[in-house]
Amino acid sequence: MDFSDIQTVEHDVLVVGAGGAGIRAAVECAQNGLNTGMISKSLLGKAHTVMAEGGVAAAMGNVDSRDNWKIHFRDTMRGGKFLNQWRLAELHAKQAPERVRELEEWGAVFDRTENGLINQRNFGGHRYPRLAHVGDRTGLEILRTLQDFCIHKGIHTHMECTGLDLVLDNGRVAGLVGYWRETGRFILFKAKAVIFATGGGGKAWRITSNSWEYSGDGLGMAYRAGAELIDMEFTQFHPTGMVWPPSVRGILVTEGVRGDGGILKNSDGKRFMFDYIPKIFASETADTVEEANLWLSGDRDARRPPELLTRDVVARAIKAEVEAGRGSPNGGVFLDIASQQSAEFIKRKLPSMYHQFKELAVIDITEDPMEVGPTLHYFMGGIRVDSNSQETNIPGLFACGECAGGMHGANRLGGNSLSDLLVFGKLAGDGVTNYINNLSNKPQVNNLKIKEIITSAIDILNRDEGINPFVLHEKLQETMQKHVGIVRTGDELQLGLEKLEKIKEDVGRVYAHASPQYNPGWNEALDLKNLLVTAEAVTKAAFLREESRGAHTRLDFEGESEEGMKYNVVIRNTSSGMVAEKRHREEPPKELSDIAFATLSELEGESSGS
Amino acid sequence: MDRKFKVWRGNKKSGEFISYSVAVEQGMVVLDAVHRIQAEHASDLAVRWNCKAGKCGSCSVEINGKPKLACMTRLNDYREDEEITIQPIKAFPIIKDLVADVSWNYEQNKRIQPLKIRARDKDGNHRMFQRDVERIQEFRKCIECFLCQDVCHVLRDHNKKDKFIGPRFMIRLASLEMHPLDEADRIPAIKEEFGSGMCNITRCCTDVCPEHIQITDNGIIPLKERVVDKYYDPVMWLYRKIFKRN
Repeated sequence: MDFSDIQTVEHDVLVVGAGGAGIRAAVECAQNGLNTGMISKSLLGKAHTVMAEGGVAAAMGNVDSRDNWKIHFRDTMRGGKFLNQWRLAELHAKQAPERVRELEEWGAVFDRTENGLINQRNFGGHRYPRLAHVGDRTGLEILRTLQDFCIHKGIHTHMECTGLDLVLDNGRVAGLVGYWRETGRFILFKAKAVIFATGGGGKAWRITSNSWEYSGDGLGMAYRAGAELIDMEFTQFHPTGMVWPPSVRGILVTEGVRGDGGILKNSDGKRFMFDYIPKIFASETADTVEEANLWLSGDRDARRPPELLTRDVVARAIKAEVEAGRGSPNGGVFLDIASQQSAEFIKRKLPSMYHQFKELAVIDITEDPMEVGPTLHYFMGGIRVDSNSQETNIPGLFACGECAGGMHGANRLGGNSLSDLLVFGKLAGDGVTNYINNLSNKPQVNNLKIKEIITSAIDILNRDEGINPFVLHEKLQETMQKHVGIVRTGDELQLGLEKLEKIKEDVGRVYAHASPQYNPGWNEALDLKNLLVTAEAVTKAAFLREESRGAHTRLDFEGESEEGMKYNVVIRNTSSGMVAEKRHREEPPKELSDIAFATLSELEGESSGS
Repeated sequence: MDRKFKVWRGNKKSGEFISYSVAVEQGMVVLDAVHRIQAEHASDLAVRWNCKAGKCGSCSVEINGKPKLACMTRLNDYREDEEITIQPIKAFPIIKDLVADVSWNYEQNKRIQPLKIRARDKDGNHRMFQRDVERIQEFRKCIECFLCQDVCHVLRDHNKKDKFIGPRFMIRLASLEMHPLDEADRIPAIKEEFGSGMCNITRCCTDVCPEHIQITDNGIIPLKERVVDKYYDPVMWLYRKIFKRN
């Protein structure tokens, strides 16, 4: 193959990924006057953002005027067990309201309050009703709004085009090589800057709410190019995924069910979450059914029901109930909204949940409880970025959305991902604009590197025999499910690492049918490389953190350690392979730590927004 | 238990149905069966899919001749001994196997004038009421699976893609025209460019919509009525004639 005639396209900036974060970043770049390209593994509008159901968190105070950005910031830090990057959490809480209003300006039609304002609902870990929403299909509304808006902004969108690897020039970004799904042909993007908005890597687990696209592409590409990953041990298991039928195991059941009154029960019919309230949240959580019911009926003085504790707490409680023999017939617990709300209310507030259970499980959730269990849902960790510019440690490489790490710390609050992708999508666009405006000379691409990327992809097609990529993927999923699950031990993690080493060797021997045109076997084989980087990073980081904090639970190290708050785990690519190390956290700015550790009454009633 | 499937394999030039047999389990949907065929028999079998929960609209195919989402079609909807036929949607060119080229739809969306929203209230908010937004929230449930486009006679049987924008974009237009704060007028374009008159209200689009959007009754018919009001109302016609207003 002659590498000089490879299709070449030039943009100022290339955005990789067209979910909420990617499109928001591309819009910002285009509005700032940059020639902007955007690639997406799927068709436009299909990205995983559509799966976000419950809402977008923003302290607008439309439903409870006591809310403001400081309380949102405090909730986020407490939810993240104080491991968040302070400045990221601050920017997020301050800017989320304006990003939501802007979406409305662009066409999003949120549910309304009685006064005609954007309605906001309750969610786990959020002190006040804070999630702007559209029934239970908020992600679709946001993605479609961005999609319909971005097509008029002059962005060059390349659909069904997948990134393979970055091309650098003396350590800074010069472009990226990818391939077209339809033809299997390669394409070189020359770009002064690249923004990764590629999402997480949930597909390394067997039970996950993530789709095939979630193969950690950005994490893998960034890591190979020398970017650092952070907080990778914190993988969020959403407490409520479907457990039956087997083929849909893992598909998300929105937290909105609990926000709107749904309760969790075990096989004895007991509402068990009252037994699992952690000390840190005890003063703000209802401890009787009566008080929880008062809260649901709108009593502003009542405390929140324990079903709305943070996701890590609820997921572990469900696991404990199942292991104690009090689970539902198919290995989950019962999520019951039928006994709490009218059928009409449920159908109006949770239409897609109603639809999903009716069609996939033949269950009417207005009459019967759902069976639910934890499912791998979200990566708190990701590519390490500078808090002000979203730039990674590689000049010209930026990251935003789920593939970036640091904003959520040890655990993400529901609703904070949609606001995250809007806030940091925009800021990444601004960061890139600033970077490009200050660039003194144009980076040049390195032909040798391009050749190396393409050869390694073609090798898979040229093998006469080898390992079936689908089977290898299943092996990886079993390994992560078994050894790197909701609760972990050092021994299990070690065992997991050994198995991953073996799978790594096998990845070098996968093969796919000879034609590269729309060939899922080949696509899968290429994705595996990134999934493995992701899996190894999570496992190594989890091994290094010898404590239990947020979404990371070590049975051999119970509880939070004092030292654990003082570092983040950083993953680096070195000549001797992947290294996980503790990176000391700097002292927080005093004004922020004052807010995070303040009492609620000290913060309530201040004006919302920034 | 094993089940038989007849899957269309090929590209834009040629193709044929190939039979596969795979083991199936309780609760499986057609997409699961396609994945199993991929993993066990044909790793290069092309199919589009993403969310596997009826929320992204990627896996549109025709199952026993009916346009459906493969991820929401349960195998036990069919008799156990029945061979299930799976083929790509017909109204658009084939790329490979079960994957069709739906890019025409993305081009149509660009032709539609976007929302032109009126200025915010003094306090920086927009005000709309739930009863007013519910009407367009129904249209905004659309997951762009393009099954309605696939089944529309104008596009599928008569291939008049140059004359009619199709049901998907009629409801996109409806969602803009009925937006409480929109200030643009798309009625002339709906009549002249987007071909509202081409739809003869057979409601096939509504029947296949996996989101159960009342495409015809709540979207297309009201738009047709607005066109009629504007162009064919005799009083309005006289008014325009006299005052030379359009």
